[in-house]
Amino acid sequence: MGNNTCFHCGLDATSSTIIFDEKSFCCNGCKTVYEIFSVNDLTCYYDLQQAPGATPKDVEGKYNFLDNAKIVEQLLEFNNDDTQIVTLYIPHIHCSSCIWILENLNKLNPSISASIVNFGKKNVRVTFNSKSLTLKNLVTLLSSIGYEPFISLDDYSVGKKHIDRSLIYKLGIAGFAFGNVMFLSFPEYFQVDGFWIEKYKHLFRWLMFFFSLPVVFYSAQDYFISAFKGLRSKILNIDVPIALGVLVLFVRSSAEIIFDAGSGFFDSLTGLIFFLLLGKFFQQKTYTFLSFERDYKSYFPIGITKITTEGTEESIQVYDIEKGDRLLIRNEELIPVDCILIKGTARIDYSFVTGESKTVSKQSGDKLFAGGKQLDGSIEVDVLKSVEQSYLTQLWSNDVFKKDKELSFTNITNSISKRFTIIILLIAFIATSFWLYTDSSKALNVFTSVLIIACPCAIALSAPFTFGNILRILGKKKFYLKNASVIEQLAKINTIIFDKTGTITANKETAINYEGSELSLDEETLLKSTLRGSNHPLSRSLYNILNKHDILTLDTYEEFLGKGIEAQYKDHNIKIGSAPFVGHTSDTATLNTSVHVSTNNQYKGKFTFYNAYRKGISQLFNTLKKDYDLVILSGDNAGERDNLTKLLPTKTKLLFNQKPEDKLEYIKYHQNEGANVLMVGDGLNDAGALAQSNVGIAISENVNVFSPACDAILDASKFNQLFNYIKISKSAINIIKWSFLLSFIYNSIGLYFAVTGQLAPVVAAILMPLSSISIVVFTTVATNMVGRKLN
Amino acid sequence: MSVIYILLAISIIVAVGFFIAFIVAVKKGQYDDSYTPSVRMLFEDELVKENSNKKILTKKINK
Repeated sequence: MGNNTCFHCGLDATSSTIIFDEKSFCCNGCKTVYEIFSVNDLTCYYDLQQAPGATPKDVEGKYNFLDNAKIVEQLLEFNNDDTQIVTLYIPHIHCSSCIWILENLNKLNPSISASIVNFGKKNVRVTFNSKSLTLKNLVTLLSSIGYEPFISLDDYSVGKKHIDRSLIYKLGIAGFAFGNVMFLSFPEYFQVDGFWIEKYKHLFRWLMFFFSLPVVFYSAQDYFISAFKGLRSKILNIDVPIALGVLVLFVRSSAEIIFDAGSGFFDSLTGLIFFLLLGKFFQQKTYTFLSFERDYKSYFPIGITKITTEGTEESIQVYDIEKGDRLLIRNEELIPVDCILIKGTARIDYSFVTGESKTVSKQSGDKLFAGGKQLDGSIEVDVLKSVEQSYLTQLWSNDVFKKDKELSFTNITNSISKRFTIIILLIAFIATSFWLYTDSSKALNVFTSVLIIACPCAIALSAPFTFGNILRILGKKKFYLKNASVIEQLAKINTIIFDKTGTITANKETAINYEGSELSLDEETLLKSTLRGSNHPLSRSLYNILNKHDILTLDTYEEFLGKGIEAQYKDHNIKIGSAPFVGHTSDTATLNTSVHVSTNNQYKGKFTFYNAYRKGISQLFNTLKKDYDLVILSGDNAGERDNLTKLLPTKTKLLFNQKPEDKLEYIKYHQNEGANVLMVGDGLNDAGALAQSNVGIAISENVNVFSPACDAILDASKFNQLFNYIKISKSAINIIKWSFLLSFIYNSIGLYFAVTGQLAPVVAAILMPLSSISIVVFTTVATNMVGRKLN
Repeated sequence: MSVIYILLAISIIVAVGFFIAFIVAVKKGQYDDSYTPSVRMLFEDELVKENSNKKILTKKINK
């Protein structure tokens, strides 16, 4: 452990001078957590993983809404006289240390009797004694050790989420029956004409029959339902030949044992359904800790502080906000409804709603819209509309959020199976009519054999196993897809549209540019020392880029919220902040955020902040331009136009000042022109566009926090890999085509046996699993080879 | 050879027993989280000593 990184969270600790217990820390918060752990004998936390912690945030007042019994009641899973159980979502859970500390919460507070972590879902289920510990205490306790829970309006749902485990049950039943039936059919495979086999074969056959009943009627029911729905809407999907095959297998096998004609194909039947369900299960890879279905509810707080007519503060539920209420919005809090500013200076960040990166200052009496974030201190507002009627919520009433993308898309398997089904039925009828002329006793046998052997097991397996594996490979590379059909859609894309703010620019990094007369060394030192005391994000970024100077102890220091900072050192006075604040009036209208500096009432110059573009963006665009039409669709102003023209290939279209609805319309228009659109965005303002596009990818700096409803979430650090990911999706389609070819070869061999009327149960029993397993092996090996090409 | 009836009956009963156990386990949610238990079993419980007189309880420490 070096002495320059924080022992608790691993961030750079060179500039801080906090040493405690011979370990360095980057801030007091981290040190405090370490103290808490060491006093409670929990330092094992640091043995499991190096620097696992997070800096605790100040949550003063943030969770006051948990004093409201009505809200708490909604969040609790179980509430008895003195026992309460709650499940909290904690985004920071990421390693074994996290599990260890969260499962040892009772060492920190004896009122907690049990806490169980679910790592996949990133949540912890805490059972605690409500007599000695309230939910609010619990949340502040978790926050104080750096594990702040994330509670949003989404959690305010009545009733618990139902977990669907039916696929596991179906798979279990099919597997159980498959194994036992295989066992029971073994004696008859070898066609031994012995006394004992004659005596006991009926028992064995009927046992097999009973084992396969639940498989056909329970495990396979989804295929029947889906085939029925497909036929009703005149579509021959892949489930039609599967359902047909299963039905024929079952009827013929039952008939054979009833009339004592043979042992039937129960082993093939159960095996087939088992493999099909296995494919389904394999494809059902979901990222439980990610949500692809978010709407505005995930961004909104549950509770808000209302100022009553008597002037006291009380927490109320967001849905209970009524027109005319007076609300208190704290620093960094989200404005949940459209309202009018009454008291305080508002600096609102609307980037989440409009994509405009510049913050807006508002005066008393101005209208504020829901979805904005207050950045400077507390404000008081009067409510104009309730939550459901606010502007942001209205965005969600667009029809685009109600349609299911998957339904409007015919996937590769279904398009193949349509032809396949017709060909198979043709072969079956031709072969049957041929046998009717030559040997009518065999006709029915041949007809059923063809349908049995052609049951497109291998075809139905190729896509699930290929896509399932690709999903896993991409997931490891921090590209999380909602489901398998997204891969197919991705392979068909021909137009790529990017949002600007937060998508091709990085949120956290800014480039700063100074214009004005040069600062003397004294002035620079003073500037640096002054900025050091401020917590404003702009001050922090500016402080970090200035050269190292000796830090002075200032004589006076005053911060004016929403305006700037003023400081005095000996006879030097400095003002840092907005143009009017520093006394600079001839401000050229600039479209970028800037901070102005004046010393001793003389204007010096301004620092202009630019968004830094993500690494490798120009290279990415140059590789993409060969195959795709590229568009930048930004809600921001045109301040960056020149910069972008330099950076990106010439034929990239640039459109600025696009409202969320404009983006949606733009995509719709191009889709009608025949374009397959991939939209890459990040904020709520892109939500409509993401839903309208064929594939919507949300870029996220931290995949655990917000991302609007989308088809895929891409970690921002992998942004420059986008082209490779699209390439992978194309390879996946090729792999599937190859495996179709492979399964056609199997089918031809099987059909030879079937058409000539010599399909013995043992042949089916060998061919069916062999084809299934070899398809699975082929797709797995091929996808892994493709995945290895990704660095 | 009639013993085969008994053997079959026993084997099926055992198999069904296991099958029921599997269904019960799924129902109880044992398959919902397949990662955390694998980490949990590696923790050494004895490292944490029960400490009855705590010096600092986790109250908010004023910064």
